[in-house]
Amino acid sequence: MPEILVISGKGGTGKTSLTAAFCHLADQPVICDLDVDAPDLHLLLQPKTITSQDFISGNEAVVQAENCSHCGTCIDVCNWGAISDTGPFVVVNPYKCEGCKVCVQFCPEEAIDFPAKNCGQWYLSETRFGPLVHAQLIPAEENSGKLVALLKKEAKTLAKEKNAPLILSDGPPGIGCPVISALSGADLAVLVTEPTPSGIHDLKRVLELCEHFSTPTVVIINKADLNPDQADAIEDFCGEKGRRVIARLPHDAAMTEAMVHGKTITEFRSCELSTQLKSAWEEIKLLAGLEVKSPAGPATERSGANNLSMLENKINYI
Amino acid sequence: MKIAVASGKGGTGKTTVTASLMSIWPSPAAAVDLDVEEPNLHLFLNPEITETIPATLEIPVVDEDKCTYCRKCSTLCQFKAISVFGEVVLTFPEMCHGCGGCMMICPEGAVSAGKRQLGEISVGTALGLPFLMGRLRVGEAMSPPLMRSVLAALETRVDTTAQDIIIDAPPGVSCPAVTAVMDCDVVILVTEPTPFGVYDLKLAHEAFSKLGKPMGVVVNRAGIGDDAVYAFCRGSNLPILAEIPYDRRIATAYSQGKIVADVSDTIRETFASLAEKARRMGHSEEERCHA
Repeated sequence: MPEILVISGKGGTGKTSLTAAFCHLADQPVICDLDVDAPDLHLLLQPKTITSQDFISGNEAVVQAENCSHCGTCIDVCNWGAISDTGPFVVVNPYKCEGCKVCVQFCPEEAIDFPAKNCGQWYLSETRFGPLVHAQLIPAEENSGKLVALLKKEAKTLAKEKNAPLILSDGPPGIGCPVISALSGADLAVLVTEPTPSGIHDLKRVLELCEHFSTPTVVIINKADLNPDQADAIEDFCGEKGRRVIARLPHDAAMTEAMVHGKTITEFRSCELSTQLKSAWEEIKLLAGLEVKSPAGPATERSGANNLSMLENKINYI
Repeated sequence: MKIAVASGKGGTGKTTVTASLMSIWPSPAAAVDLDVEEPNLHLFLNPEITETIPATLEIPVVDEDKCTYCRKCSTLCQFKAISVFGEVVLTFPEMCHGCGGCMMICPEGAVSAGKRQLGEISVGTALGLPFLMGRLRVGEAMSPPLMRSVLAALETRVDTTAQDIIIDAPPGVSCPAVTAVMDCDVVILVTEPTPFGVYDLKLAHEAFSKLGKPMGVVVNRAGIGDDAVYAFCRGSNLPILAEIPYDRRIATAYSQGKIVADVSDTIRETFASLAEKARRMGHSEEERCHA
């Protein structure tokens, strides 16, 4: 089954509101919130949690005060500046510790413990549109890329079990570790942008990332009427890159109203925005191969499949 | 003092606030864009870049003539960046976090330092003030090491004791956001009065409280959504430092790459008052730390 991922580069362009609307429009999707840092999709889908599990990942150094001789070796070998001698104690700043184990290895007194870390929780839930796989990283914790990879694996297993026709994922902002992890294995990336200098700048970078991994992409310009000239410039740019702009959505305050009511915009109101989202979704279904109405396959050919599966293996360890 | 402009949720207006603060800051200040995955501050401050420095991470390079395949390096490495299979050593440079453990532990001195390109650091001036930004190489997964390189470059180029530093932080509440906020005196959390805004504000508040940072809130697009964000701030003793009204003129100015503080005198005054409050918070924090 195809895996459709909604990302944007820039945050706040409307990824989650659009993903939620697509969840409403899709037929029996398995839904996945891959923004494990600041997940918001559940605020619109209001899931009922069925199972919840700890996400244990990585380790951190902890100095045992009673065995420490204050020799300073750990401070010297730590590349992160995470360890300091406060006088009475040698302490590790857990927010600077990278979990590399170098201090543990070189401590002559064997006075440094290296316990595993609980970085968050992940959930299997039910929503009115289908099952939801989601998570919450503990604020200030790390390993979001690994948690994304875990959620994707669980979503795939669930989709196979339920014979679901597709996996629909809300992605994280940016272009770093969690986004790379989210892109791995995705069949279509829906890039949501806005007609602002930041929107177009960040779209270019996230598009370059998709090209890097040979992921087919389409573009949606949200709030296009905010600056029609910029929206035109985005269309021109996408045209040059051979990427389709499948919708120019109008700015509509109803989007925020729907959010306040815990609803998707397409459920909340029949308006121009909802109509356009429905036709955008039809297009996405075609491109993702969910409906075969024309011979048009995905927007670009998947030449980098090997590249991606290699990445998928590796990202598990980042 | 160092002031981080952060948020849990993306797109709440961090860059808008940072650019506007730079335009009205009453004493010498330097701007640092630490949202290295998607740096945007330069789009509004239009800096003149005078220096571009490549940022790299030290990764292992193995001299197989010296290697005895003892596996000490691969046993220590927590990130699966170096592996020994029989009499073959493989390195996976993109997995390496740069701890240097393999180089330190190799008894034969067979592992030396190579380089992985993380991205680049740009240094220049904007509005007549120092400007620094990091830009992550597309395809690079790890942003914190580049952010640390930008902060190291800041220390060598700007006297951070003589002027204030305003940092445009990345969104989220995990390693990149924590790296940006870690050494700051004050955190300005930018949010919007919507369910997404308040949910992510709670996460950011929780994350940065653990770091013991004094925080204040800027409510952007005030007037949309609901009142939950105000209730949360009241309940958590989080001061609201400024409200920027939802105003089509602001959205349009932003979409044209303009500094929002320039839209009207009233908005300029809002930012001047925000600057004053943030500086006061920073000064009392500095006094507390030195006491």
